[in-house]
Amino acid sequence: MRKVYLDHSATTPVHPEVLEAMLPYYKEKFGNPSSIHEYGKVAKVALEEAREKVAKLFNCSPYEIYFTSGGTESDNLAIKGVAFANKKKGKHIIISSVEHHAVLESCKFLKKEGYEITYLPVDQYGFVDPFDLKKNIKDDTILVSIMHVNNETGTIQPIEELVRIAKEKGVYFHTDAVQSAGKIPIDVGKLPVDLASISAHKIYGPKGVGAIYIRKGTRIIPLSHGGHHERSRRAGTENIPGIVGLGEAVEMVLKDMDKHNKHLKNLTETFFKKLKETVKDIQLNGHPEKRIPSTLNISFKGVEGESIILSLDMKGVAVASGSACTSGSLEPSHVLSAMRIEPAVAQSSIRFSFGRENVIDDVDYTLSVLPEIIERLRSMSPIYAQSKK
Amino acid sequence: MSYSDKVIEHFTNPRNVGEIENPDGVGEVGNPVCGDIMKLFIKVENDHIVDVKFKTFGCGAAIATSSMITELVKNKTLEEAEKISRKTVADALDGLPKNKLHCSNLAADALHKAIEDYKKRKKSNA
Repeated sequence: MRKVYLDHSATTPVHPEVLEAMLPYYKEKFGNPSSIHEYGKVAKVALEEAREKVAKLFNCSPYEIYFTSGGTESDNLAIKGVAFANKKKGKHIIISSVEHHAVLESCKFLKKEGYEITYLPVDQYGFVDPFDLKKNIKDDTILVSIMHVNNETGTIQPIEELVRIAKEKGVYFHTDAVQSAGKIPIDVGKLPVDLASISAHKIYGPKGVGAIYIRKGTRIIPLSHGGHHERSRRAGTENIPGIVGLGEAVEMVLKDMDKHNKHLKNLTETFFKKLKETVKDIQLNGHPEKRIPSTLNISFKGVEGESIILSLDMKGVAVASGSACTSGSLEPSHVLSAMRIEPAVAQSSIRFSFGRENVIDDVDYTLSVLPEIIERLRSMSPIYAQSKK
Repeated sequence: MSYSDKVIEHFTNPRNVGEIENPDGVGEVGNPVCGDIMKLFIKVENDHIVDVKFKTFGCGAAIATSSMITELVKNKTLEEAEKISRKTVADALDGLPKNKLHCSNLAADALHKAIEDYKKRKKSNA
């Protein structure tokens, strides 16, 4: 059976060249960069080379890059680190209602610690209205955190205006750039965020490693203590093989971003066009154009998402869903709900996220099995029959 | 999270899918917010469930529990059917993942509602 992986927003395979670059740092170059002997020096050089590579992603100074264990840790550090460091100025934080759980849960934690959190609403595409941000910033607002590209829908948030508003009021701006890194440029000169989180495994790097951009001068305190690693902002011996992998991955995605975006656009556009021809009553969630080229979030009316995932998995196709049943909760995706997509439609959503190793045959194969699956599940559905009567 | 082979088998080949024309009882449970809607139809003769069919909008577990419960109640007396609990359904499927146990609840609830509906109809016809 053919295998088609269409869940690149969840994770990507480590690129062979990335893996190749990492391996020596597990073997002969295993040193601890804090050591002063030759082994340590070799590791330290690798660490700083990787930092320079990651800095190119943001067009920033390498000294503004800090390595972490991934997107979640970077988000936690940004939110809690800034909150704790600036509590004398204020305890008010503004985020959007479509943030990743790493941001949402960090804020939930802070709320228990006495911070005030404002959740900005979004429109049907998931966009925050700059006016809403403007009117919610108060004297005690210390941080705004709004994600760059949404992980569920792939929609690109036009954060330029939001960043400008926050900066004008002297409020720090963090963006979760985990899904945008390597897909759209993030030049902190043109897009002057103060903090940005990225993860290696979404860009063909290894799991368990990420980074955070922290603009020079930003007041932030570390969450882990125990050493002077990462200039005292993140204690713990550095994951050198992982960091080398992240550096390689960033270099790789930057090098051929346009070429791959074109490839991905062709795949997703072909897929959606042909899907519309073969399956009726579907709906694209998120903005039709302002999106990264890899991701489509589509609702198949009358059918629950997990049952589609299971059926596709049996045919070798891997996708994700915003349905409650896949999130382990009893409610559908908070992102789709915030976009005011009705619950039954949100429960019917499937995220198809393509990657660089996908080919047009993957599109054709998926389209050869999907219509039958939807038809079968709809024939069992009490709500699809009802809506047709 | 992973499903037992039996859950997958019932999800892939569900028994008794569909609607019964002129049913003697219908039970509908769930809502789109939680992601599961089950509709169970029964035909009763001499206090026996002689036919049962279902339609379900829901996850793999929801479809499998619907299918399993129709197998469990077919040709049973109403009294026997009423004794079928969420646990009976889950056990018959060799267990369900923890976060899916509410699906077996729904199936049992749909059945009990269908029987209740049958009894109500019978009373009002009497």
